[in-house]
Amino acid sequence: MTQTGMRALFLEELTRVAPDIDPAEVSDTDHLQEDLELDSMDVLNLAAALHQRLGIDIPEADYAQIATVGSAVRYLSAAASAD
Amino acid sequence: MGLFVMPSLGADMESGTLAEWLVAPGDTVARGDAVAVVETQKGAIEIECFEAGTVQELKAKPGTVLPVGAPMAVIRAEGEAAPELDAVPEPEQELEPQIKPEPAAETAPAPARGTVPAAATAVAGTVKASPAARVRAAELGLDLGTVTGSGPGGAVVLADVEPAGNRDTGAPASRLDEMRKAIAAAMTRSKQTIPHFYLSQTMDVQGALDMLAARNAGVPPSERILLGAVLLRAAALAAQKAATLNGHFTDGAFHPAEQVNPGLAVALRGGGLVAPALADVPAMTLDGTMAAMRDIVARARAGRLKSSELTRGTITVSSLGETGGEVMAGVIFPPQVALIGIGAPQLRPWVHGGEVVPRRVVTVTVAADHRVSGGRQAARFLSEFETLISQPEAL
Repeated sequence: MTQTGMRALFLEELTRVAPDIDPAEVSDTDHLQEDLELDSMDVLNLAAALHQRLGIDIPEADYAQIATVGSAVRYLSAAASAD
Repeated sequence: MGLFVMPSLGADMESGTLAEWLVAPGDTVARGDAVAVVETQKGAIEIECFEAGTVQELKAKPGTVLPVGAPMAVIRAEGEAAPELDAVPEPEQELEPQIKPEPAAETAPAPARGTVPAAATAVAGTVKASPAARVRAAELGLDLGTVTGSGPGGAVVLADVEPAGNRDTGAPASRLDEMRKAIAAAMTRSKQTIPHFYLSQTMDVQGALDMLAARNAGVPPSERILLGAVLLRAAALAAQKAATLNGHFTDGAFHPAEQVNPGLAVALRGGGLVAPALADVPAMTLDGTMAAMRDIVARARAGRLKSSELTRGTITVSSLGETGGEVMAGVIFPPQVALIGIGAPQLRPWVHGGEVVPRRVVTVTVAADHRVSGGRQAARFLSEFETLISQPEAL
């Protein structure tokens, strides 16, 4: 999957967890918790949704690598191509 | 029973708007079944009935604003005679006072039940508006045609009329504005009537975090447990040992609760806040507590809570999560008598096993009603909480 495709997929799952976020206004440098105001329950639900959709299980130890939208897309792209 | 009335879902609720019936005449209902959806300042709430029976008559129409206590339906218990309907006050008499309907409205086709609120029926040449909005607009001398409606199908509802009349901006009040109003009323009343006192203690949660890290490493995200669930269990179990923090203060007296039903303060993006309560958390497992939290937080965000979840709370737990502030001294949610504020975990030098080592700690703050309890009971709670969180496997 391309980075663009992965980004679209990520934003789809993100806005499913947080329906009040407008995907058009999300930038790659946005921090999931500080800028987009996801709490730990939202991050868990997002991780669960991504696991179900992509089969990529993000361990808690890797949460720092998905802290921003851009880094999360890179993390997921790398994990998807490693399979 | 007989009459099913608009319940009070909080001390400051005056009315709710019937959005949808979930039952029809002839349906049998069990205790706890959701029978209607009501729009309140806290979002759309599923109203549950308290007794089993058969729905005999739906008295209120969707779209109607009903004050607390107004009759909504007649539900007949098994073997019970139908109540005397004539003795029942009609809500419409209070709600649609002396306003003649637009002539065209009488010939408009009736909308399908549960889709378009009857009071907001589209009528050619007239403005769609709820009866309450019409009354208020007439009082304010406001032309409804100049108001932007936020109701179903663009109908003007009461909230649209108020800001337009008061501020002359024409901007409709959003649901979040309505929620802020409800929070303001409840919190102002709390601070004006409840003599709050506060007691804090900072405690080591590294053991609980280590336990969760080990446990969560081996399971997929859907089975992981958050620190919040462990803290909620500790708070609920500690509240069992501090009876004067768990219950309601009503009619000038404290009524301790037999169960611990902790309300969970859920922050909504944009500034809203709602505190739905889980039932009897001490009887749950840790997995069960986590599942119940996930469910109730999801429904709080989606704006679909149940009436019992808004009224059964006996104490509130407000946890600032992983990235919030360090200490929170909260405002008690009446008629409850205590709120437990839990700060975000902080990495601190801490004495552990006789040595100073880096550990994660949280500060737990009890806000309590001094009419009911004192420092001794709050200290008992904190001491119990610390003992529980130091043995996380037992939670």
